[in-house]
Amino acid sequence: MAARRGPARPARVGTIGGVPSFTARVDITHLPGVADPAGATVERALPALGYTNVSQVHVGKTIRLVVDAPDADAARAQVEEMCERLLANPVIEAYEVTVT
Amino acid sequence: MSARVGVVQFPGTNCEQDVVWAFEQLGARAEILWHGDATTRGADAVVLPGGFAHGDYLRTGAIARFSPVMRAVAEHAAAGGPVIGICNGFQVLCEAHLLPGALQRNAGMRFLCETVEVRVETTTTPLTRLARPGQVLRIPINHFEGNYVCDAATLARLRDEDRVVVRYVDNPNGSLDDIAGVCNEGRNVVGLMPHPERASDALLGSADGLVMLRSVLAAVGVPA
Repeated sequence: MAARRGPARPARVGTIGGVPSFTARVDITHLPGVADPAGATVERALPALGYTNVSQVHVGKTIRLVVDAPDADAARAQVEEMCERLLANPVIEAYEVTVT
Repeated sequence: MSARVGVVQFPGTNCEQDVVWAFEQLGARAEILWHGDATTRGADAVVLPGGFAHGDYLRTGAIARFSPVMRAVAEHAAAGGPVIGICNGFQVLCEAHLLPGALQRNAGMRFLCETVEVRVETTTTPLTRLARPGQVLRIPINHFEGNYVCDAATLARLRDEDRVVVRYVDNPNGSLDDIAGVCNEGRNVVGLMPHPERASDALLGSADGLVMLRSVLAAVGVPA
């Protein structure tokens, strides 16, 4: 898990109307056991370039967003809720939220 | 009385006219339901056609799930009304949790556009009630994300409850257990990747989809 940082850290994006804002990064990956066709295709392509020592290639996606929230914990909780409701599909995907 | 079929159109849907045409050929009244209107306008059956709803951004069906019309579709389904999701419509129904599982990119990472054979596995759904059990139908597929996945417990339930509606004879996309279509617990919501409306006239190469379209009309009380 990524380290949590308080609102006073320099990574804070800014303050809008007195409410601090935070950058959040969401890393979305396939759940273990769910096939990853893109990763498998990349893994098959790499040896053609001479990279024969590669395995477990995984292709996921990253979503970055800025959230206005009272503190980092509140920002994280809200982004996790967004993941459950929209950003990820919990049937096939796992997600990890990093707030800075 | 002709059956009324509501065909949902999201921004990016592109098969709605084909579905309307195919049902009208069979004597039904079909009308487009715009995604922004939270009503099914009294339709007897609702179809979510293929396409790229909301551009398929984020995931197929992920944004469409929140369109106002989906509240009405969910109410129609909860009341036992037939809901059929074709291709992108199947993806939308999964994202909306009206059907279990999810559809991800095809194994092999190829967009597939071809006519495939599917086997009817159950006839107790509004999409298959006029078909014979085990009947093989030639119907086109046209998708990049048709690779059906669900967890082991869900798959066991689908099998135990006879909810796999159609299976591929020769699995083209890596779908779990060769699944081409499933239904919900109430058996009134069905999703499938093949496009029966594109197999609705011999001129299109196959008329095998007609039995599915006629089944939908029969399910809402129109004699076959």
